[in-house]
Amino acid sequence: MREQNSEIVIKPGMGALHYWRELWRYRELFFFLAWRDILVRYKQTAIGIAWSVLRPLLTMIVFTVVFGKLAKLPSNGVPYPIMVFTAMLPWQFFANSLTESSNSLIDNANLLTKVYFPRLIVPGGSVIVGLVDFFISLVILFTIMAWYRFVPDIRLLLLPLFLLLAFMASFGAGLWLCALNVKYRDFRYVVPFLVQFGLYISPVGFSSAIVPEKWHMLYFLNPMVGVIDGFRWAVLGNAFPVNWPGFSLSCLLVLIVFGGGLLYFRRMERSFADVV
Amino acid sequence: MFSVITVENLGKKYLLKHQSGQQPYVALRDVLSDGVKSLGSRLFGRNTLLSRSEELEEFWALKDVSFEVKQGDRIGIIGRNGAGKSTLLKILSRITEPTTGSVRIKGRVASLLEVGTGFHPELTGRENIYLNGAILGMSRVEIRQKFDEIVEFAEIEKFLDTPVKRFSSGMYVRLAFAVAAHLEPEILVVDEVLAVGDAQFQKKCLGKMEDVSAREGRTVLFVSHNMGAIQNLCNRTILFDKGTIVSDALTDESLQLYRKLARDIKVDASTGIHNERVRRGSGAVRFSSVEILDADDEIRTSFGMGESIRFRMTYKVFAEMKGIAIYIGLRSGLTREFTTSVKHIVTLEAVAPGSRGEIVIDLPDVVIRPGEYPLYFHLSDAEMTDMSIDVLDDLTAPLVITASDNITYDNYDQTRPIGYFSLLSRLHYSNISG
Repeated sequence: MREQNSEIVIKPGMGALHYWRELWRYRELFFFLAWRDILVRYKQTAIGIAWSVLRPLLTMIVFTVVFGKLAKLPSNGVPYPIMVFTAMLPWQFFANSLTESSNSLIDNANLLTKVYFPRLIVPGGSVIVGLVDFFISLVILFTIMAWYRFVPDIRLLLLPLFLLLAFMASFGAGLWLCALNVKYRDFRYVVPFLVQFGLYISPVGFSSAIVPEKWHMLYFLNPMVGVIDGFRWAVLGNAFPVNWPGFSLSCLLVLIVFGGGLLYFRRMERSFADVV
Repeated sequence: MFSVITVENLGKKYLLKHQSGQQPYVALRDVLSDGVKSLGSRLFGRNTLLSRSEELEEFWALKDVSFEVKQGDRIGIIGRNGAGKSTLLKILSRITEPTTGSVRIKGRVASLLEVGTGFHPELTGRENIYLNGAILGMSRVEIRQKFDEIVEFAEIEKFLDTPVKRFSSGMYVRLAFAVAAHLEPEILVVDEVLAVGDAQFQKKCLGKMEDVSAREGRTVLFVSHNMGAIQNLCNRTILFDKGTIVSDALTDESLQLYRKLARDIKVDASTGIHNERVRRGSGAVRFSSVEILDADDEIRTSFGMGESIRFRMTYKVFAEMKGIAIYIGLRSGLTREFTTSVKHIVTLEAVAPGSRGEIVIDLPDVVIRPGEYPLYFHLSDAEMTDMSIDVLDDLTAPLVITASDNITYDNYDQTRPIGYFSLLSRLHYSNISG
């Protein structure tokens, strides 16, 4: 940590230099901020961490009853709760990360205006918190699968790949929204709407197979469709074949959202302290 | 001794918005409606509508600032509000970028900016030490090594596992300072924090800062309105005014200039009229001078708890007034909420244009928590029909209250009220039945 002789030069427009090295230097702060958010999250709640279990579980039950039992949508021979919960994993991760990270810069305004660090740490930390919930849900999924005696095949090993995809979609969208939120406070109203709306256009309560062919182009423009289909394919196996052209389109959009988010965030970053 | 900080021709420009409100951020609604408006005016050939961007005004918070700091220096930075001190610190700690010029810094800079920056109220003292240490740039290993020392310095052993939201503000400051003081940066930046907390702890902090600077050759930049503390700690002091350096000399020399400057804030009938943030009013009457005096009628802005403060104001009347009333107020530094005196009716008679007057108001025996308080002066007619005929809001140097030895935070006189302001009360009735 000692850098006695290193000289820092501050000049107009210098921010970008060595950014990624700086980010590495501040990795401990990154973990501390994430750790703080996790600690604080359920302080002063009666059942604490149980919320992380209860929320996805209840949503899953409602979806299973409404879509599986009442609407009698197909689940390709897989128990409906498992089908729903497999999609809940990436969706909850996306929704939580997005909600948390879009407000993260404003919530940490006092830090931004007082202390220097690469700002990317702040929304990044929020996504990490979402990741913790994700792993809790993953354990629940395995429990449900054990309960139904459902055995996944070798493809499960590819799950981290799709998790990476989910991460890029969440982080990318989060970067866009938190940077926009600093400038235009309207976005704090946009986010809950976006999350609610997204739940209906993403295959969480149903499977992609029931979407008519003619809507496919439009349907797969939603990056989360690719992520969720990927998850189902990896966890549930052959019952949920991936529509590869559609999947590629979704992935492309994930890349665009992620890359664009990074660029936009980096461009806006220098003025955060003056605006927030 | 080599230079650890070299500042050359530093400048920082801000764009001030005039019409579109106080917030620096914009609502998307405004952007959209402006877009529609300008589109509309373009369509209908009317160019009378000014878009918001044309109401921007340039403002140089710092201009052409150059200085050097040698290793082991303890530099005081003083100046009136808006002189550019905070902007300088923000640039040095890389929070904001300069518009022109450059800064070269050798070594790690850590800032102790405002009490509890980065503290989370829900977390315990122990957790906050780690969090705050990380925010200030310490590694986990470093914090663990210094943990016991920090706790001991802050004197909070018993409350280590209590959420800091239950801490008294004295404990809060002690903890915040303890963490920062044990950080081992080559350069420590301290911005007006020691005004809070009791006198004993203040002395301890100043001692610690002097210690690290003298013994370990560390450099301290200390921003304060507390001239006593500056005098005690700093060997050299830079005085800022209106974004430029007025004096960069031995502390005594700069302090003298500052006192002259503070006395020279001639609030006259026209000072700051064009800046609505600090001066408002219809102009029927205007303050022509404002002075803050101590019990010996000496001009001062810094007072110890328990001292008396006297305000002497003169004014000039420009249009016929139905009587004259005045009140003064203090803003609290952090939230800018304010507390006023009662409205003093000076006269109920009509006052003719061209009249001049003088008002003296005393605040006897003030018990105000140590800190920095922007001042607010309000002059109106007796009925206060026209709500603000002249208002000075944070135009003069702020009032600085320091802890004194006989009234401290943790050991105060139980027979006196304590808090931001004293609350005079009388026990009117009480009844205890067996």
